[in-house]
Amino acid sequence: MLRCEFLNERDGGAQYDDRGLVMYKIVKKRVLNEAATTTEMVIEAPLVARKCKPGQFIIFRIDEQGERVPLTIADYDREAGTVTIMFQPVGQSTQMLNLLEEGDYIADFVGPLGRPTNMEGLKRVAVVGGGVGCAIAYPVAKGMHEHGIEVDMIAGFRSKDIVILEDEMRAGCTNLHLCTDDGSYGWKGFTTDKLKELIESGREYDEVVAIGPAIMMKFVCVATKPYNVKTVVSLNPIMIDGTGMCGCCRVTVDGETKFACVDGPEFDGQLVDWDELMNRNSFYKAEETEAKEHVCNLTGGVRRG
Amino acid sequence: MSLKKNPMPEQEPLVRNKNFEEVALGYTAEMAIDEAKRCLNCKNKPCVSGCPVNVHIPEFIAKVAEGDFDEAYKIITSTNSLPAICGRVCPQENQCEGVCVRGIKGEPVGIGRLERFVADYHMQHGHSDGAHKKPEPNGHRVAVIGSGPAGLTCAGDLARRGYDVTIFEAFHKPGGVLVYGIPEFRLPKAIVAQEIKKLEYFGVKVVTNAVIGRAMSVDELFEEGYEAVFIGSGAGLPQFLHIPGESLLGVYSANEYLTRINLMKAYLPEYDTPLKKARRIAVVGGGNVAMDAARCAKRMGAEEVYIVYRRSMEELPARAEEVHHAMEEEIIFKLLNNPVKVVGDEKGRVCGLECVEMELGEPDESGRRRPIEKAGSNFVLDVDAVIIAIGTSPNPLIKSTTEGLETNRRGCIVADEGMATTREGVYAGGDAVTGAATVILAMGAGKTAAQSIDEYLQNK
Repeated sequence: MLRCEFLNERDGGAQYDDRGLVMYKIVKKRVLNEAATTTEMVIEAPLVARKCKPGQFIIFRIDEQGERVPLTIADYDREAGTVTIMFQPVGQSTQMLNLLEEGDYIADFVGPLGRPTNMEGLKRVAVVGGGVGCAIAYPVAKGMHEHGIEVDMIAGFRSKDIVILEDEMRAGCTNLHLCTDDGSYGWKGFTTDKLKELIESGREYDEVVAIGPAIMMKFVCVATKPYNVKTVVSLNPIMIDGTGMCGCCRVTVDGETKFACVDGPEFDGQLVDWDELMNRNSFYKAEETEAKEHVCNLTGGVRRG
Repeated sequence: MSLKKNPMPEQEPLVRNKNFEEVALGYTAEMAIDEAKRCLNCKNKPCVSGCPVNVHIPEFIAKVAEGDFDEAYKIITSTNSLPAICGRVCPQENQCEGVCVRGIKGEPVGIGRLERFVADYHMQHGHSDGAHKKPEPNGHRVAVIGSGPAGLTCAGDLARRGYDVTIFEAFHKPGGVLVYGIPEFRLPKAIVAQEIKKLEYFGVKVVTNAVIGRAMSVDELFEEGYEAVFIGSGAGLPQFLHIPGESLLGVYSANEYLTRINLMKAYLPEYDTPLKKARRIAVVGGGNVAMDAARCAKRMGAEEVYIVYRRSMEELPARAEEVHHAMEEEIIFKLLNNPVKVVGDEKGRVCGLECVEMELGEPDESGRRRPIEKAGSNFVLDVDAVIIAIGTSPNPLIKSTTEGLETNRRGCIVADEGMATTREGVYAGGDAVTGAATVILAMGAGKTAAQSIDEYLQNK
């Protein structure tokens, strides 16, 4: 069942699960930093690859029992029909994904979802990425840079051992400002301080794009507010379907209820209700912690039974 | 002849409200034959015109009465692609059974129960799918967007006429509302899977994980060689009440709550889907979706589950049978109560639902008596989760990516009586056109659209 030649099947090499559904092949896997906190995977998904743009995301599912997990598209190759994702193995599904290797298959990979990043009318932009958020900020910076926009990328990490994508980011923007909180690499300090320094020094931006943990995006918005620079953020609420059906990813923007999956994921950061978003994202913390122990200690990622 | 229908064997209410197995167990062959004999086989057949897909009801019932269940199945499936589903979820009381002549004095014939029996009998007795011959391919390709009841029916009818049909489904599993919305205890998912398998026997292809409007546009489907497109993308985004506290932890849309349970199987321990255990749950709304959510909540272990509805029992839009089942399962109906605020604790979690009592005034434009607040009657219902089931508004994805596709004021796709949209070769039906309605109405629309698409492509 479910064969559709031009879409999911490539060169007759597609793999099907026991229900006849197309599966998605992991064609490449790479650990991105010394501390192994971030993994990159290249997935064969021609239907996603043919049209996706920077700022959009996918939802993957490991297997029949797995959750639907959203991840931002980090890169794509339309010719090869592949899509690159980067993730931190922290929840049950991302940890199980991390245990898979090149040549393995996952059950589902759907996208592109969400609206692409707006690039129209922009001449100079600062893109701020925090931690693994750089994996998402990088394709936006690269996309803008390729679009002819001058991009200052400010990439912040806690310390040197978790730095990711330095070469890629450097190649994908006009100026890279790499920062670490502890000063173990690059400029010592927070991304918000670097951003303020740049603005104070007279760099004028049409827009600041902040992508990373909610708390970091909130502080970037606080930092840019006095300068009246439009600040776009990419939100990451809990999500199930990703196509505008379940309403789980609702966020309050300018007092209105918006759905991150169809109205976003990018919004004007000055208008986002950050405390509400952070609170909603904490809902399943306990389950996440429990799942982490479960995966690591009990099964080693193998499904029960 | 009895004035009453043969009763449907059911699981005991206080047993079934703790499990997800099917509530109604189905007729035995003896019961079915006995019930079929109640049909008067009247000449003008009001039941047939009461059915959105015009099942040849007296004819199939006559075969049941004879014990010829195979022939009965052939008669049903000559107009209805999904009998095992319709027999379970159609509101027969407003359709075929509502106009049954037997119903004038006593209860109507249990048409839905008989349809279900025939479909289940066919599945269980392993007859080949060859109740109908595979059609000769006619060489035309049609794309169907969405695999809910409208899309499945449209695809099934076209495939039976020889069309090469591909269904594009956004989720990882086909079935639409039949798999993510309607719970297992009303419609076992194995039955949905079997009905879809039957469509595949007729050559229907299903592509999952395909979001039309994002991965591909309607125009690109035409570029890929599809000659007509049917849009059955469903009811869309959940509506909220727009009262304070709706973003607190523990407030769900019915779509989210039901999807976690039905599609993502949160009730089975081997699935990873998290769902917080709640002790007392309020479900806001009075439709079938509200009943489904409330009955799921009970089965997930909530001690008390409330239906909070601002009008009275008389205006409650859910099917009588669903309300009856919910009451038997100890769902508490808080009628004439309107929520005004979700109350949260210091950690932002739901700890109550503030409501105000209502009374009914003069009829409003919907013809129902308008509920009016009783000043000063506010009270707080002690709950730790709230499920909002007050309807949906259309999904903008396809509309915003398809030029020339007109929508109405509410955002629903505009379609004529033949389900043709304002774009040539594009047809639409089901909730995407009507707003949230029933499975059978969506199926009726899918059927009409299939007919129109057939005429369109044959005359092209």
